[in-house]
Amino acid sequence: MASLQDIALVVRSKNTSPFTYSLDIMFRAARDYEDFKSRGLIDSALIAELYGIGQDKVLDIIFFDPALAIKICLPREISSGAPGDRDVYGAQQHVPLLLWNFPHASD
Amino acid sequence: MARFTILSPTAILGYGFPESSFERGLAHNPDLIAVDAGSADPGPYYLGAGKSFTDRSAVRRDLSLMLGAAVRHGIPLVIGSAGGAGATPHLQWTVDIVKELADELGLAFRLGIVAADVSRHTLLEGLQQHRVKALTSVPPLTADILNETGPMVAQMGVEPIQQALTAGCEVVVAGRAYDPAVFAALPMLQGYDAGLALHLGKILECAAIAASPGSGADCALGILEKDRFILQPLSDSRSFTPTSVAAHTLYEKSDPYILPGPGGHLDLRNISFEDIGHGRVAVSGSSFVPSREYTLKIEGARRVGYRSIAIAGIRDPIMIASISEILDQVRSRVNELHPAGLQQGSLHFHVYGKDGVMGKQEPLRNAPSHELGIVIDAVCPDPQSADTLCSLTRSTLLHFGYAGRIATAGNLAFPFSPSDLRAGEVYEFSVYHLLQTDALSLFPLSILEL
Repeated sequence: MASLQDIALVVRSKNTSPFTYSLDIMFRAARDYEDFKSRGLIDSALIAELYGIGQDKVLDIIFFDPALAIKICLPREISSGAPGDRDVYGAQQHVPLLLWNFPHASD
Repeated sequence: MARFTILSPTAILGYGFPESSFERGLAHNPDLIAVDAGSADPGPYYLGAGKSFTDRSAVRRDLSLMLGAAVRHGIPLVIGSAGGAGATPHLQWTVDIVKELADELGLAFRLGIVAADVSRHTLLEGLQQHRVKALTSVPPLTADILNETGPMVAQMGVEPIQQALTAGCEVVVAGRAYDPAVFAALPMLQGYDAGLALHLGKILECAAIAASPGSGADCALGILEKDRFILQPLSDSRSFTPTSVAAHTLYEKSDPYILPGPGGHLDLRNISFEDIGHGRVAVSGSSFVPSREYTLKIEGARRVGYRSIAIAGIRDPIMIASISEILDQVRSRVNELHPAGLQQGSLHFHVYGKDGVMGKQEPLRNAPSHELGIVIDAVCPDPQSADTLCSLTRSTLLHFGYAGRIATAGNLAFPFSPSDLRAGEVYEFSVYHLLQTDALSLFPLSILEL
């Protein structure tokens, strides 16, 4: 088992609006990106499980070949800066994805 | 060959830039100096309260270099989303600094000021005529929400800025603007391709962030040609690479291929990045697709109350072991003592060292901690009520007799006296909607001869 920390160049989160945020994964190696893409490892079921939300809450998952990147779009539970918010910029919500142990191709 | 050169000094006006990079940029004889001064990232407070999220003296420093160079060399200067949120108080704040500097540096020029405020009436009319659409995950707009909303702004496209430039303004200070518009307005006016100009603007609005290593506090140069644009670093320590530019294309966007903006969208599905040496990257294939109807993004904030907070540490392992139950019990006790506080306001505990950042989504919220930091966060309709709720919660938690307690002198370590602080007004974004309208009528231009 390995986590994205071992193979990714970037794993980050950031607001895409005051009401939505995005998780970005950028891979170091084209091989790993293609592997994730072809095996469909990142899907709405996985994100729903990692973030404790319904699958219908996962707004979009986009593969961006030029940057060897996968983008996952999610709604914010509380809009940026409203009472009860914990992360105004949405910049520290990436960790469940970072720590997720993904299955190796040979597993 | 026709070329249009743009100097972007810094990612946000007030974030600073090295003078050496700026001088190098000027040596390329830029046709435009442009800067984005705004963002919705810092949250709704700044729009609602009419305050800038950048520091006045830092903005003044950046502007003095830009204004001095622009006016002395006859280079147009365009500043967008003035003062951060781009409403009238922010615009005025920036214009005051520009006037001060013009006076101090002995500069004479024609200044264009483009306001971006939107009246409640405009939005109500739009609502009635079904011209308002909520963006993703935003609640639908109602007349009640509009009545509670304070200042509202529209993100202008290139057209209002072009109007100011056509009127001979040498310096343009614009209210809330679509980030790329300040960079793309002038080259588009001169016939350069809209797709390339806007895509270049999308990258230059972050200055050197798209370089490697990235920095929001260093300059970048963009050179627009007929069928491509070139990104060029202005410091020896950075270079643009196809990977760094591609990576930036993802940043803060929900879809890296289709980027909606005023009056249409950028289509980046056919872009290519080419390393052309010396840290430069050439980009081609970006196109702009006008929409059938012209829409603008409207932002508005409403005041939801006033905040008082208390910050404390907890070190006792017996207390830490049952912190969730203790906080629930404290909340119930506070509610018994002062029911009005929780009926009218809200009380949040931010428990750092446990789940302060991610709440219920924290995968390690049950992992053992030896120390917790807690922020008591009370938001009420008026400052006195927030003080009362915060104070009562603090004193209740401080002396709460939780099960198994053996440290009976006090449960909290306060770093400060006073322990309770007023954090001022609290806002939330109440309007984040598209309004179908036209490109110009919401953005009046005024001209000052300085």
